[in-house]
Amino acid sequence: MLRRPATSTQITHLQRLWLYGLVGLVIAFLIIPCLIVVPMSFSDSQYLEFPPRVWSLRWYEAYFFSSEWRQSTWVSLKVGAATTILATILGTLASYGLHKSGNLFKPVIRSMLMLPMMVPLIFVAIGVFFVYARLGLNNTITGLVLAHTTLAIPFVMIAVGNGLSGFDMNLERAARGLGASPVRAFVTVTLPQIRISVLSGMLFAFVTSFDEVVVSIFVSSGANSTLTKRMFANIRDQVDPTVAAISSILVVLSIVILVAGQLIQRRGRSSPSPD
Amino acid sequence: MTVMVQEVKPAILNNSLLQRSRSLQGISFVGLSLPAAVLVAAVLIIPFSWLAWLSLFDAAGNLSAENYVRLLRPAYIESFLTTFKVAGLVTAICVLLGYPVAYLLSQLPQRAAQLLMVFVILPFWTSVLVRTYAWLVLLQRQGIINQWLLSSGLISEPLPLVHNMTGTVIGMVHVMLPFLILPLYAAMKAIDPVLLRAAANCGASPAQAFRQVFLPLSLSGLSAGIALTFVLCLGFYLTPALLGGGRVAMWSTQIADMVAKFANWGAASALSVVLLVVTGGILWGVNRFMRVPDAWGGKR
Repeated sequence: MLRRPATSTQITHLQRLWLYGLVGLVIAFLIIPCLIVVPMSFSDSQYLEFPPRVWSLRWYEAYFFSSEWRQSTWVSLKVGAATTILATILGTLASYGLHKSGNLFKPVIRSMLMLPMMVPLIFVAIGVFFVYARLGLNNTITGLVLAHTTLAIPFVMIAVGNGLSGFDMNLERAARGLGASPVRAFVTVTLPQIRISVLSGMLFAFVTSFDEVVVSIFVSSGANSTLTKRMFANIRDQVDPTVAAISSILVVLSIVILVAGQLIQRRGRSSPSPD
Repeated sequence: MTVMVQEVKPAILNNSLLQRSRSLQGISFVGLSLPAAVLVAAVLIIPFSWLAWLSLFDAAGNLSAENYVRLLRPAYIESFLTTFKVAGLVTAICVLLGYPVAYLLSQLPQRAAQLLMVFVILPFWTSVLVRTYAWLVLLQRQGIINQWLLSSGLISEPLPLVHNMTGTVIGMVHVMLPFLILPLYAAMKAIDPVLLRAAANCGASPAQAFRQVFLPLSLSGLSAGIALTFVLCLGFYLTPALLGGGRVAMWSTQIADMVAKFANWGAASALSVVLLVVTGGILWGVNRFMRVPDAWGGKR
């Protein structure tokens, strides 16, 4: 096995062992910090140990029985859900509109809509904080949703844009030729064909909002603190093992979302639709 | 019944309908992007322009370069240098660690590559906050790494691995590595394997084929990855704020401190403007001189 050629240039697996070893180490470096908090969160000790000497659910209890943590989780879920709906609608409309139009301003508008993904979050954070202070939107759910939606729009647009580039616009033209209104043609012909892309856009939007920290640090506090904002403050000021329990829940959640995303895409690929 | 009616419509009517819709396309369809554009303008562009405008005035409200002149003080110069040092170091380590991974990914058979890819994507999907917290736990004085090093007898005192430059760099490499690997992998995947076989046929050893054929062809993807990683590092806030423990003053943490601790909007805005200009300049330069767009996934 090891002496067999690994590539067409006749290098053998044996000669490549060093490469496999090196890549294995890098992968371990990437993966271990994502997973190690899970076993550690079941430790009984104030100082997180690995492996835990005494196992317990102490830190999970600390999370679930704390009204503050529960409240901020609820805020994050609410903001995430609202952001998902708003960003999916705005992003899909924008992506579809730009895809169909041959307007002169199309490149300008597209780059403008991609900006939130490209500028450092700290800019968005201080800009939003500054303007919200004048509008009274700091520490409100509305303010958070608007900021998170802005951040999520580029991700929705990329996902939906991918779907649209694989969609044959002639199908929609045919529907229009048969007398369907533009709205009806979109809803009954185009949308079902790009639904997988829209779904993955929604997933991106939710994760963008739920995981967002920097803007939330500035514009959310008190009763409307997001989960990430409270975690940040907690990590900065003390190493509280409750955060390990929450982190473990988030890790499991992101694995679930990743798997769900893969499944959605696989189903999209095996279905006869061209997207 | 309605279907029948539509079918007997004269073709000419449909034609004129299509024509009209085509002429309207330019205006009406681009209009669909307006709600999103208005939101981005309101949340991002207007606030930032406003701040940039304010940075041109001093505390008394007179037009002055005071906020920018202040940036020449040693403390700010030092933070510029720290920012570039951290960004450069993180990018260099990412290249050293990421290039072999992207290379192997591009060479492995489909199935194995997909599996390996999951390990690159999983950290990408895991919240940066969670990963930074994990590093804090791993690297702290009583953390696993120090305990392991102590018990193996390699060190006799716990190493200061966190709340300093070391911790910041380790944490940032972890966050940035996928950003380097993914564009690099896309560029490497686009390299035709026939070229390597041709090189072998012409008598090149595997090392020669790699050095003279593969490496030069992967450089456009590498420069895209480097530019992306470097620019992301310049404005990165979370990891330096948590793992730097207040001892690693980067641009982003300084901007945040000026706003949150001192409410000094003029200075914060001036610093942001400079950071934006530097970031934009780097991206523009890379785009202009390295033809990066063909490397970003190949298909665009």
